[in-house]
Amino acid sequence: MTGPLVSIRDLSVTYRRDATSFSLRNIDLDIAPGERLAIIGESGSGKSTLALAVAGLLPPTAAVNGAILWSGQLQLPRGGRDIGFVFQDASASLDPVMAVGREIAEVAHTHLDQDWAQAERRALELLRRVKLPDPGTVLHAYPHQLSGGQRQRVAIAAAIAAGPRLLIADEATSALDTIVQAEIVALIRQLVAEDGMALLFVSHDIALAAELADRIAVFRRGEMVELGKANAVIQAPEHAYTKKLLDAHIGLDAEPMIAPVGHGHV
Amino acid sequence: MSRALLLLRRRLVGSIFVLLIVIVGTFLLLEAAPGDAVDAYLVSTGGDAGLVEAMRQSWGLDQSAATRLANYLWALLHLDLGQSVAFSRPIRDVILERLPVTLILMGASTALSFGVGSALGIYAGARPGSVRDRVLSTASLALYAVPGFWLALVLVIVFAVDLRWFPISGFETIASGKTGFARAADIARHLVLPVTSLGVIYLALYLRMMRAGMAEVWRLDFIRAARARGLSRRRIVLAHVARNALLPLVTMLGLQSAQMLGGSVVIESIFSVPGLGRLAQEAVAMRDTPLLLGIILVSAILVVLINLLVDIAYAFLDPRVGASEASA
Amino acid sequence: MRRLVQIPEALVGLGILAVLVVMALAAPMLFPGDPLAIKGAPLLPPFQEWSLPLGTDRLGRDVLAELFHGARTSLAVGLAAAAAAIAVGAVIGTLAGFAGGILDETLMRITDAFQTVPSFLLALAFVSVVGPSLTVVVIAIALSAWTGPARVARAEVLSIRERDFVAGARVIGMHPLEIALREVLPNALPPVLALSSVIVASAILIEAALSFLGLGDPNRVTWGGMIAEGRTVLRSAPFLSIVPGIALVLTVLGVYLAGEGVVEGTAVRKGLS
Repeated sequence: MTGPLVSIRDLSVTYRRDATSFSLRNIDLDIAPGERLAIIGESGSGKSTLALAVAGLLPPTAAVNGAILWSGQLQLPRGGRDIGFVFQDASASLDPVMAVGREIAEVAHTHLDQDWAQAERRALELLRRVKLPDPGTVLHAYPHQLSGGQRQRVAIAAAIAAGPRLLIADEATSALDTIVQAEIVALIRQLVAEDGMALLFVSHDIALAAELADRIAVFRRGEMVELGKANAVIQAPEHAYTKKLLDAHIGLDAEPMIAPVGHGHV
Repeated sequence: MSRALLLLRRRLVGSIFVLLIVIVGTFLLLEAAPGDAVDAYLVSTGGDAGLVEAMRQSWGLDQSAATRLANYLWALLHLDLGQSVAFSRPIRDVILERLPVTLILMGASTALSFGVGSALGIYAGARPGSVRDRVLSTASLALYAVPGFWLALVLVIVFAVDLRWFPISGFETIASGKTGFARAADIARHLVLPVTSLGVIYLALYLRMMRAGMAEVWRLDFIRAARARGLSRRRIVLAHVARNALLPLVTMLGLQSAQMLGGSVVIESIFSVPGLGRLAQEAVAMRDTPLLLGIILVSAILVVLINLLVDIAYAFLDPRVGASEASA
Repeated sequence: MRRLVQIPEALVGLGILAVLVVMALAAPMLFPGDPLAIKGAPLLPPFQEWSLPLGTDRLGRDVLAELFHGARTSLAVGLAAAAAAIAVGAVIGTLAGFAGGILDETLMRITDAFQTVPSFLLALAFVSVVGPSLTVVVIAIALSAWTGPARVARAEVLSIRERDFVAGARVIGMHPLEIALREVLPNALPPVLALSSVIVASAILIEAALSFLGLGDPNRVTWGGMIAEGRTVLRSAPFLSIVPGIALVLTVLGVYLAGEGVVEGTAVRKGLS
């Protein structure tokens, strides 16, 4: 095994407006090639800030201290080429007036030096890989013609179109209902395994994280309070906050597991 | 395609109602005009007063208002707009003769304002808040405040009187015997100043709409997603930001066509371009109210047709239009 | 108001408008008597004679006096036409939105019809049929400008009419017309008023164009009329057309800038509260 794919060293992020409150504070974290790392925490814990920082997508108002190394180099990974990013709201991450096939082909065209016909064929193949029914039709469909789950599959296809080595999923399933959520998680697991991609899975759902990840990092108020093997964290949490999260999860999720029967999902 | 057709059918029905209202409106204005067509005829010809009653009868002017409205509608249905007193010819023929010139003028002005305006708008909106954005934004606001007819005079002073680059007036060189491409080039030379005078205010409008629209699109999540995919800035600006910001501009084309027809009255008068606008000015000058109202009616029909075209174009540009209707 | 001053564009706009209002108010005092009277030799260029700083026109009239009196006409027509258009549009839009059904449908088709006819042609036809005077010009402009306010008012009313205070007014048995005009209309007004700068500006431009074509009030000085006058001597005395045109451009620009400033200023205030 070579060195880590991503090394985060003493990373702190503040938003300029208020330099005293940290969105992230002194984070040290490595992601190994092919590893599946889950970051969990409540909203405001800084977990999304971390995902955006790794992808170089922080807004210009953010002040960043510390270093992020990509393959041991002090350089930011190239979005799309090195890192695929899947956002929470798939309907908001697709251009409403662009055919979804084109939106995927764009990525291949930009990064893989393919002409539009090749890129378009690649888009078709990707739509098949993310298991969209009738990919030939979906290729020319627009986002509003697809369901939420289908849109997220398209967004995933666009994220992996250039064969990145790291896939970041930032709350990628939390806007979906439970059954579709499970399908998308299964899809991500399969794609990551097939392509040997590393996965950074950001979620507030500790059970989901446990299901998918090799390791879990628990964030709270901008700090990493716990990091360990998924099993260890779930079965023997060291930090009181992690215990609280686990308890809260069981209490909350017991009912919804049966209640919403999937409607209009893929 | 069925999406666009459905939309078109619904718009067409609405348009017919709208045109009916316009017809009733022009009829009311016609009625309100002091004196009638016979008086105007007598004024212009100085004809025999004994003829008056006979003429009123033969033109149906002695009947009730309702009957006259019915007659008016009936005549319109046969594409009969009545007789122009000023030109002693059917109004329809006079208008049809002038229409192509106005269409050329408006088409060129629209192309100029939409093309250059949206291009400059994209240039400004590509970097919101930059120096070039602020310069173009301020300049466009200043241009937006310039009345077309005054701009026309300034352009004439500079480019026709002083520099002699372009002819002062007219649609083409009279009796030049030019044909084909030479004639087209001659007309183009004549139209540079009128087209500019007519189009500049809309150029400013489209520029402002485009940069404002782009400023909004930049904030949307799918642009952040496009950045996350590592697309080039050029591609994000053109294929995503500008592409989405273009839609309201297309809608504006319909509204603008009506305003531009109004603006062409003054511009065509200044440059002696023999189009519909100058005809309207002549109708006013010669107190030919039926001709003026005929022009209004034809303009309204023109605007309705342009709006239908714009709707079709919009349906092609925005896949979301009419989606709910087609699936229902 | 204080916030308005912090936006430089708004400051420039308000400055221009203030100068204009002073010009309009001071015109009868600074230049008493008929501005259309002959004051000196014809076609005197600007900056030649103390008493006639901007020179004279083709007939020997004082250009500066005409400019001041023209400001009166432009402002009066712009404000009156905009006020009329907004009042009519707001009432029609409120009725359409509040009543719904056939009345709404009819009123909106009429609005469509007015938007289909080129507004300048409509104004032209109206003035040429009724005859040019200041009132007629104002009505002619308002006739084509009320559709924008009507649409905005209607959209606003549609969102307001389901709110609590409207239901409350229904419960206490207020007449629907009274509810529409006394409860709903005032609440629908702010976005309609936001249109006023655009309407004032376009009213000033339409008035100028009508006057340019000789359809303005013949007894008043108008900038459009001055430009038309100057056009006849465009080659020899271009300043006669250029000077009133600049006044026109500055006026319209002032209205836009002040209007944008007000809208921005209120947006900032809302954002802060």
